[in-house]
Amino acid sequence: MSLLLIVALPFLGALLPGLMYQAGRAACAGVTFTITLAAFIGLMTNLPAVMAGDAVMYRAEWIPGLGLNFTLMLDALGFFFATLILGIGLLIIAYARYYLAREDNMGEFFTYLLLFQGAMVGIVMSDNILLLLVFWELTSLSSFLLIGYWKHLPEGRQGARMALTVTGMGGLAMIGGMMILGQIAGSYDLSVILQNREIIQESNLYLPALILILLGCFTKSAQFPFHFWLPHAMAAPTPVSAYLHSATMVKAGIFLMARMWPVLSGTPEWFWLVTGAGLITMLLGAVIALFKHDLKALLAFSTVSHLGLITMLLGTGTAFGAMAAVFHILNHATFKAALFMSAGIIDHETHTRDIRRLGGLRHLMPITFVIATLAALSMAGIPLLNGFLSKEMMLEEAYHTVLGGNHWIVPTLAVIGSLFSAAYCFRLIGHTFLGPKRDDYPAAPHDPPSGLWLPPALLVVLVVVIGVAPFLAEPAVKGITNAVLGGVADVPKAYFKIWHGLVPALYMSIAAVVGGLIVLTLFNPLLRLWDAAPRPEAKVIFEALIEGAVKLAKALTLPLHNGAFSRYGAVMAVTVILAGYYAWVTGTVGAPTRTLQPAGAIEIAGWAMLVAATLGMVFLHRNRLLSLVLIGIVGLMVSIGFVFFSAPDLAMTQITVEVVTTILMLLALNFLPNETPVESTVLRRTRDVTMALAGGAAAMALSYHYLLREAVTTPISEFHLANSYKGGGGTNVVNVILVDFRGFDTFGEIIVLGIAAVLIYALTETLLAGPVRARLLNRTPDKQLAGDMHPTMMVVMTRVLMPIVMVVGFYVFLRGHNEPGGGFIAGLIVSIGLVMQYMASGYSWATARQRYPHHGVIGAGVLIAGLTGIGSWFVGKPFLTSDFTYVRIPPFEKFELATAALFDLGVFLAVVGAVMLSLDGFSRLARRAHVKDSDFAMDINPARTEGDALRGQGA
Amino acid sequence: MELLVASAIGVLTAGGLYMVMRQRTFPVILGVSLLTYAVNVFLFASGRLTPGAPPILSDATTYTDPLPQALVLTAIVISFGMTAVVVMIALGAYLGTDDDHVDDQPDNGEDAT
Repeated sequence: MSLLLIVALPFLGALLPGLMYQAGRAACAGVTFTITLAAFIGLMTNLPAVMAGDAVMYRAEWIPGLGLNFTLMLDALGFFFATLILGIGLLIIAYARYYLAREDNMGEFFTYLLLFQGAMVGIVMSDNILLLLVFWELTSLSSFLLIGYWKHLPEGRQGARMALTVTGMGGLAMIGGMMILGQIAGSYDLSVILQNREIIQESNLYLPALILILLGCFTKSAQFPFHFWLPHAMAAPTPVSAYLHSATMVKAGIFLMARMWPVLSGTPEWFWLVTGAGLITMLLGAVIALFKHDLKALLAFSTVSHLGLITMLLGTGTAFGAMAAVFHILNHATFKAALFMSAGIIDHETHTRDIRRLGGLRHLMPITFVIATLAALSMAGIPLLNGFLSKEMMLEEAYHTVLGGNHWIVPTLAVIGSLFSAAYCFRLIGHTFLGPKRDDYPAAPHDPPSGLWLPPALLVVLVVVIGVAPFLAEPAVKGITNAVLGGVADVPKAYFKIWHGLVPALYMSIAAVVGGLIVLTLFNPLLRLWDAAPRPEAKVIFEALIEGAVKLAKALTLPLHNGAFSRYGAVMAVTVILAGYYAWVTGTVGAPTRTLQPAGAIEIAGWAMLVAATLGMVFLHRNRLLSLVLIGIVGLMVSIGFVFFSAPDLAMTQITVEVVTTILMLLALNFLPNETPVESTVLRRTRDVTMALAGGAAAMALSYHYLLREAVTTPISEFHLANSYKGGGGTNVVNVILVDFRGFDTFGEIIVLGIAAVLIYALTETLLAGPVRARLLNRTPDKQLAGDMHPTMMVVMTRVLMPIVMVVGFYVFLRGHNEPGGGFIAGLIVSIGLVMQYMASGYSWATARQRYPHHGVIGAGVLIAGLTGIGSWFVGKPFLTSDFTYVRIPPFEKFELATAALFDLGVFLAVVGAVMLSLDGFSRLARRAHVKDSDFAMDINPARTEGDALRGQGA
Repeated sequence: MELLVASAIGVLTAGGLYMVMRQRTFPVILGVSLLTYAVNVFLFASGRLTPGAPPILSDATTYTDPLPQALVLTAIVISFGMTAVVVMIALGAYLGTDDDHVDDQPDNGEDAT
């Protein structure tokens, strides 16, 4: 099966459990199982190629410009991990089916699980390290969802947050590291990077890259000092712990270290960092695990310890160390997943995971006892079980490892670690299963249904088979080791067997097991000592750190963001002015290249009106209606300015927009207070005036300087002018730019306009559904209402004007391609024509005659514009390529047909719909209790009978 | 002429800035409108000032720069949409709380008027 499909299957399948939720728990689990099985089988079809030593590749371009390609590679190492992920995944799914309670949402659970599974498979199959990073982050996210699956448990939420913070930060560091690595190697493809050991290790950037990548690996694989998140993640449901925290996610860091082993290992930096962290983690985890009373916490710390062991082995940088690491990854996955599932069974059946409340379960839960004991003994390193083999290899490797010139330190620490490891395994067995039967279990313990014990049992079978017949695992482990080594070193010749003779590792093993037993007999005094000893609590430190970060963020943000909008405005204005000043002071200004054009009397008059209106508005702004009138003058002068400076399209747009904006503001003023009270102090106003003058002076200086200089480079407008007629078929270059050259922009803009209008509609609906409605209905007008609200004169006028306006709009629309006009302007003109009817005859009369909802008009506009754009696909051209032709139908003159006109029609409709829908929202607010809507076009109509007139008045 | 346009942009900017820093919603909206004029004219002027040469292809030899015009045209229409949204938000806030301050008011139990 294609690698793409194997990676994609879990992601695609993640949709199903959620959909199957209604079909029941079995269906949910069944479909998840089937998907995983399909991926698993697909993976297995690649086994022959992988066994032959080939790397199966899949290649697809994603963003080649960034070096980010969807390149997948499957070699022995990837195959090994993918098998673990999918194989143990199958067991976990079966187990979770029986583990989750009836009230747990199984669809949600399995969706998260599949997302996680896909992300993990993606990590181990990625050939592109950027793609790997994407999957890496996906595992962080999906594990966050899984750990926090029981949202009602605060520990679950906190644990999930902590895991996400720690692994997320590590991921961030790793992005940096991978970027550096890619820069050094000149490629982001693993297959290329792995060939460049010398270049990478000789680079000055090797150390930063190494540290950053290791930060990612250590946080993910819970290495000291980032080990603390893993035990807190145990608040997750047990299937999650068994899956993520024994077999898969925490192994992602290990996987990456193994993957990068050929290029990163072998240097003193690698050795010190990786072996050092691994040793400390192994020791620390083992000691803490011994004193944990919660079964899952004990297992969590033992996982930390074993991950440390594997890390330490990878750190040694020898081929034998790498082989021991691979073997231990396999063994640890089998016995630890089985142990987690057993812990889940105990929790499920006895309703407690506290070892102190357990004991004597061997008679009550014999099956679980056998499974857990075999797995725990394997973890302790007892012969004939697989843990013994890899642990002995570890001790052998440790025996040969020299740390800082000292031959004794690593072997000693390794033995102490193994000793505590054996001790907590014995404690797990002894304190849970052995001892006398108790009568105070929270629930009556008994063995679970087979669905719960079969999955761990299968794993324990593997534990025993590998333990008894290690030669079965040997070719696989050696094949995988070969992939890890990547040709840098040869696969060790050592055979896998139980009896190696009286080698030092055997003595070390015996010392560890015997020592473990002794420690367990001394457990109670040791526990008292442990409880009395002061030790840092990781969670407290972590939360203090987070709190400190939040405080710092607040201290930085709150003074700026105190909820005062005027302050934001001031801060922004000052910042822009200062930035501009800085640019002005540090930059150079060339000599003017344009001459000042003379200004005539009319221009000066227009300027004077604009300035007067602006200043007048600022000084008189407390009278709101007056300021609205004055800003209208400003808009008018700006429009005239556009006419004067050769921008007829702009002038038409500005003046029509001015009309609708003013109507809108008037509608709003209907509700708002008519006056703005004096509130700010003189000091504050002085401050504001100073800032405003500075800003104004800056804007003026900037404009003046560039108006006197030509552009530094030739504007692209030359192209537009040259191609407007030839390519776009129109002589109005502005319109051709809008509907053709930059049609995609325009398409986006009409969508934004539509969204704005729909937003207004939504806001209106919300307001009218809430308490505002009553307030609106009950308010009394602050001015007397007009006696004749719909005067006959105005009604007649608007009716007469309506067809004229429509014709003008139609004309402006049609000529838009060649003369000033077009969809925007025509849309605004037609809107004004329609709004006039609303103004003259009232909202309800006009609405009753409205045929199409405004939303529909917007939608139709966007749709027409979009379909026009898509149409060009059918002739093999990119989106929105326009075409035109000239037609002649006698007796008319020759005329042009352009697809751009269709697009412009979309613009037109969208503009009409948006303007109308916006104003509609404001008018609907304006209705009130004591004014009844009139069904008639005008209030006073002599032609109407008396009864009708009364009805019209709302009587 | 350049001085007139530049100073008009300056006056519009100054007026807009002052109004934006007011306390009530309506003046702030008017301030934003003034700033919109200023920005639109500023952008338009980046095509330099060329009277009497509209970008309508004819026999003429020089045309004004059409590109800033196209950009400003859509900016004008969009600014209408944005103004409408802001006005509606201001209106909703005022109708809901009977207060049209733009800044968070200290919660002293009475509305400042």
